[in-house]
Amino acid sequence: MTRGLAARLSGKRVVICAGAGGVGKTTVSATVAIGLAARGSRVAVVTIDPARRLAEALGLDELGNEPQLVDVAGFEASGLEFRGELSAMMLDPKRTLDELIEQLTPDVRTREAILANPVYDHLSKAVGGSQEYSAVAKLFELEQRGDHEVIVLDTPPSRSAIDFLDAPQRLTGFLEGRALGALLRPTGPLARAAGVVVSALRRITGGGLLEDLTAFFQLFSGLLEGFEARAAGVERLLTDPATAFLVVTSTERAPLEEAIHFAGELERAGMRRAGVIVNRVHALDPTERDTVATMSRLTAALGLPLARKVARTHADVQLLARRDEASLGLLRAALQDPDPFWLADRPSEIRDISGLVALYGELFGGMR
Amino acid sequence: MFEKRLLIVGGKGGVGRSTISAALGIAAARRGLSTIVAEVAGQSDVAAVLGVEPAERLREVELEPNLHHITIERRAALQEYLREEVPGVLPAAILSRSNLFELFVEATPGMRELLTIGKVWELTQRPRHTRGARPYDLVVLDAPASGQLIALLGAPRTFSSIARVGPVAHQGSEIDRMLKDPGYVGLIAVTTAEQMAVTEALSLDGLLTDRFNRRLDAVVVNRMVPARFSGSEASALASAADDPAVRSAQWLYGRVRAQQAQLARLRRGLGSVRRTTLPYLFTSQLARADIERMADRLARSL
Repeated sequence: MTRGLAARLSGKRVVICAGAGGVGKTTVSATVAIGLAARGSRVAVVTIDPARRLAEALGLDELGNEPQLVDVAGFEASGLEFRGELSAMMLDPKRTLDELIEQLTPDVRTREAILANPVYDHLSKAVGGSQEYSAVAKLFELEQRGDHEVIVLDTPPSRSAIDFLDAPQRLTGFLEGRALGALLRPTGPLARAAGVVVSALRRITGGGLLEDLTAFFQLFSGLLEGFEARAAGVERLLTDPATAFLVVTSTERAPLEEAIHFAGELERAGMRRAGVIVNRVHALDPTERDTVATMSRLTAALGLPLARKVARTHADVQLLARRDEASLGLLRAALQDPDPFWLADRPSEIRDISGLVALYGELFGGMR
Repeated sequence: MFEKRLLIVGGKGGVGRSTISAALGIAAARRGLSTIVAEVAGQSDVAAVLGVEPAERLREVELEPNLHHITIERRAALQEYLREEVPGVLPAAILSRSNLFELFVEATPGMRELLTIGKVWELTQRPRHTRGARPYDLVVLDAPASGQLIALLGAPRTFSSIARVGPVAHQGSEIDRMLKDPGYVGLIAVTTAEQMAVTEALSLDGLLTDRFNRRLDAVVVNRMVPARFSGSEASALASAADDPAVRSAQWLYGRVRAQQAQLARLRRGLGSVRRTTLPYLFTSQLARADIERMADRLARSL
């Protein structure tokens, strides 16, 4: 059942791993990138991993905001032959946005004024949203540069995967301030009404903030076209036939519902799903019936006290396995996907190359 | 812990934060404290745990005696704020009708977070600022994951630094003072004994120290699997013939080992911060009775 991820990703130039927070997206992204690189592609993986776990797992001390070639000797030592090439980077949202401003602002003085503006400074650091739009901005930039055949993107640990799909709109939403800019510097028939609103705002927030905002939108007005073109480019990239999403989930209720909802949104947005990856699945033993039967089967080999504990543990784990099986069934039905990929629950998290190689085996087949 | 006015429950997504928030609410209500559990819009996990339909906007719903629930929705919070807190009659009507003001909120750094934390603060007030609203003894906030939580906690200060004068700046500094007062606000991190979750709990504690000069009040380690096998039993299992039941036992043994390592990290990183553990429940869906037991245990240990 777990064969065929390589086939489903064949011909894709962008692979985006999306899902609820805490389901293992970062690890899955790394594994997919490793798999595609091992099979001969020149791959870059962009991760958003504040725990720097991926950097550690890939044997790098620090991942920068530009893709950095990964030494594959460690993988080959773990028995994985590499035919392609793997680069990795960790997204720095603030720097990505600063660079975008630099690219879109030819005039040095405007550029410096924007970068120094307190409103810009806060916007570029804000947690809500800035990670998502800098992630797609980076994706777009790397794709345009064309140094890699495939780019694998991990998505930010937001509560909801949908936040990510909104990212291109947010990129322009960043600029919806146009209306606000107009409000702050009103002309024509709107001036009177706007004047009332502005004076109300001024009473609530004091004047300084409004001045900073006005300055910000004035500075930004020259960048509008560039930003809109960029957002349109991102939108095209996300709906391109060579771009595919992998929906990652665990078997728990909330992430599962999120995955189903997200898959629906993808379809509505005209974006493509290459597959669903269900993480942390407990192994189902269809022969397990009751603890007494298990216990008597094991007593000869293990002795009664140990056999009893083992049987009880097995019954507990099977409870989880049956829950997982029900989740898989739900996904199959809801997504009309007879073959979700799944990864076994592991006692501890993946933290080294041999762990990633084992996951690769499960996802890309050949080890089951 | 139950003598504070606000308990902020943080932690990584997927560790059971909403369940713990609900259990804390139940524990407080049982002590006779008039309690409200709050969550932010887009999240209706506490409502799901407590078996209620999430109410729209800012409605405070009584679930059972002493236990209430609210979903804080930003737009409604904004309207209420304008209605209740802004001096003068003019602004509220105009601003809440103008979608330009929505844009202002979107574009203004920290404004969204400020509206959320501002509403939480308002819930803790006695008497309430919202006319006719019921006062509470305790507010339990099921907070968003750590990054967003820090943004939420930092918003009042961020905002009072950019909006230097005016009622919002003034209120921002008032909320900031509340958040820094350990007698008023308790900060609880929920984690599981897993690498990423522990990392997030430790980083939350670090951020609290750096930015707010305070630490977590408690950490709840959720889903602790039971240690059933000794080292020698594990060796016996390792040399036994392959069997699905033996594999289950080995899985559990591996989990326990990993769990011990993560607990040790927590101990090293959090030092004197109070820790309490809750057992892993081998069940497909948490029942009310499970949450009641969690509430008992939290009430005893916090």
